[in-house]
Amino acid sequence: MKKRQKRDLARILISAPLLIIAYFLPTEGWLRLTIFLIPYIIVGYDVLISAVRNILHGQMLDEQFLMAIATIGALILGEYAEAVAVMLFYQLGELFQSIAVGKSRKSIAALMDIRPDTAVVLREGEEIELSPEEVSVGEIIIIRPGEKVPLDGIITEGSTTLGTAALTGESLPRDAFEGDRVISGSVNLTGLIKVRTESDFSESTVSKILELVENSAEKKARVENFITRFARYYTPIVVIGALLLAVIPPIFVGNWAKWIERALVFLVVSCPCALVISVPLSFFGGIGGASRKGILIKGATYLEVLSKVRTVVFDKTGTLTKGSFKVSEIHPENVSEEELLALAASAESRSNHPIAESIVKAYGDKPEEPECVTEPAGLGIEATVNGRHLYVGNAKLMEKSGAKISDCRKIGTVVHISENEKYLGHIVIADEIKPDSAEAMKALKDIGVKRTVMLTGDRKEVGEAVAAELGVDEVMTELMPEDKVKKVEELLNEKPPLAFVGDGINDAPVLSRADVGIAMGALGSDAAIEAADIVLMDDKPTKIAEAVKIARKTMAIVKQNIIFALAVKGLVLLLGATGHAGMWWAIFADVGVMVLAILNAMRAMK
Amino acid sequence: MKKSFKIEDLCCANCAAKIETAIGKLEGVSKVSLNFLAEKLTIEADDSRFDEIMKECVKIAKRIEPDCNIIL
Repeated sequence: MKKRQKRDLARILISAPLLIIAYFLPTEGWLRLTIFLIPYIIVGYDVLISAVRNILHGQMLDEQFLMAIATIGALILGEYAEAVAVMLFYQLGELFQSIAVGKSRKSIAALMDIRPDTAVVLREGEEIELSPEEVSVGEIIIIRPGEKVPLDGIITEGSTTLGTAALTGESLPRDAFEGDRVISGSVNLTGLIKVRTESDFSESTVSKILELVENSAEKKARVENFITRFARYYTPIVVIGALLLAVIPPIFVGNWAKWIERALVFLVVSCPCALVISVPLSFFGGIGGASRKGILIKGATYLEVLSKVRTVVFDKTGTLTKGSFKVSEIHPENVSEEELLALAASAESRSNHPIAESIVKAYGDKPEEPECVTEPAGLGIEATVNGRHLYVGNAKLMEKSGAKISDCRKIGTVVHISENEKYLGHIVIADEIKPDSAEAMKALKDIGVKRTVMLTGDRKEVGEAVAAELGVDEVMTELMPEDKVKKVEELLNEKPPLAFVGDGINDAPVLSRADVGIAMGALGSDAAIEAADIVLMDDKPTKIAEAVKIARKTMAIVKQNIIFALAVKGLVLLLGATGHAGMWWAIFADVGVMVLAILNAMRAMK
Repeated sequence: MKKSFKIEDLCCANCAAKIETAIGKLEGVSKVSLNFLAEKLTIEADDSRFDEIMKECVKIAKRIEPDCNIIL
């Protein structure tokens, strides 16, 4: 608790018993007023001072001014206990609000804890501790166990385990070895590593994430703007209502005291704070809670749209599949499976084509050195391995070699291998589907997403097979990047909002075109962080359904708060005008509603 | 030019909204956002009048919420 909060709490704790004592003391007249004035002044002096100051500044509708008028009015009317209680509870509500706000600020600050404070740089053989901003690209930094990785880079020496829980919400640490990329903001858990930096601090992942979270409140949701506008009219209208109630009816029916008392109820209820604070607090909590799970949301407005999403469009490669190729089938003819793979791996060992790399990787061992390697463009590779002249490539290359190929119906890229004109068989390479892609589709259906669509530039057979395996509703294949934008625009014409999910590498235009653009696997991809509205730090498609759930929960809380606050305030105004609700009800409608709304808003964070 | 400032000791979200509206009406201010929870004031305004505008902002904030502080 801050100093000011402690002081306010002390004032409340002192004046509450004084109020009770004053209530039960058998006093009358001026003496009774004086005894009540003691707790009144103790708990409310700052409100009274602010009220005077605000009138001097021309701030007539300030809540402190309204509270001052309401309580002084009650004192004049002889409702001493009510006057002190209104002030007491008002201060209690303010204190509660300030504690609640401080608490959610702190939880966001905890998220900001990923910011590294220092970096140890190796310059001319000496270790120098600098702030991360002062380190340039290409320098070697040393990271010891327990320290945060200050800048993005590549490990040049050592190996370790990295904790990325603060970034992705994934509690399982990942191993990192020499040559691996490390992301700033992750925590070095076990071993000392030396890292060659790849970016400035301002361009590093951790800076981008912090910037995103800090700016998220700028993009306000529609309902947030609505509430701010509403509050602007609500207070003046209720205050005018109070004035009219105090003056008009008594002109006709008399009994000024009774009508003024009712008007004071209006003044106490006129503060819109419960609404104005609980709506952004809910969004703040929703965004904060999501980021703890590795879901970064760029603004409340996207949370609002996401909660209504009924169509989710996916890019295939890198989003639903790993975007990495892997040998899925080996169909040898005339040789053994192992021999076929060994020959292909040798021939391909000098190529850096992803397909070649996947074959070498599948072989596992160090392949035999090839000789006389040539790469006829777009066909494959010709090489001599152990004196055997090999052709490794597509069907066209086989025509060149004169080998007769067998067709393959498996999904993926088929690599044929022949020794001169003697066909040896083929290897099928397929993009791997992510382990949780199918589960992600099911999760989306479970939460009521009507339509899932997959867009891909891949061949028809491949795209359709993947779609069928995952249970995607619709699939559109053989699309060029510009076709993807067109397709998404067509889908956008239909009513409910559409979310597009991509890996952010080459689908930035589509990401920005959709109602909500979700980029995944963003850990380490700056482009994705910039283009998307929502960023999934890891590459798990299941997080999409989770994000929608968080969005819906947050929106539900926002709606509950708005309806609850308006209903209670409206009801108390109505009952107050007719004389059925007194000051105690007004206190509940003001402070009680605020406390309940804040407590409800805090739920969004979990 | 777009700049952000920390704004401390705002008492409530309603005051924040009032300050935001008042600053938005200043000449030369194209965009303003005051985030009560993040205690952050972001202003996009004319370069030539920026300093003058900031002085106005401090005055406005002081008038609406005397306790608060914009840290320039």
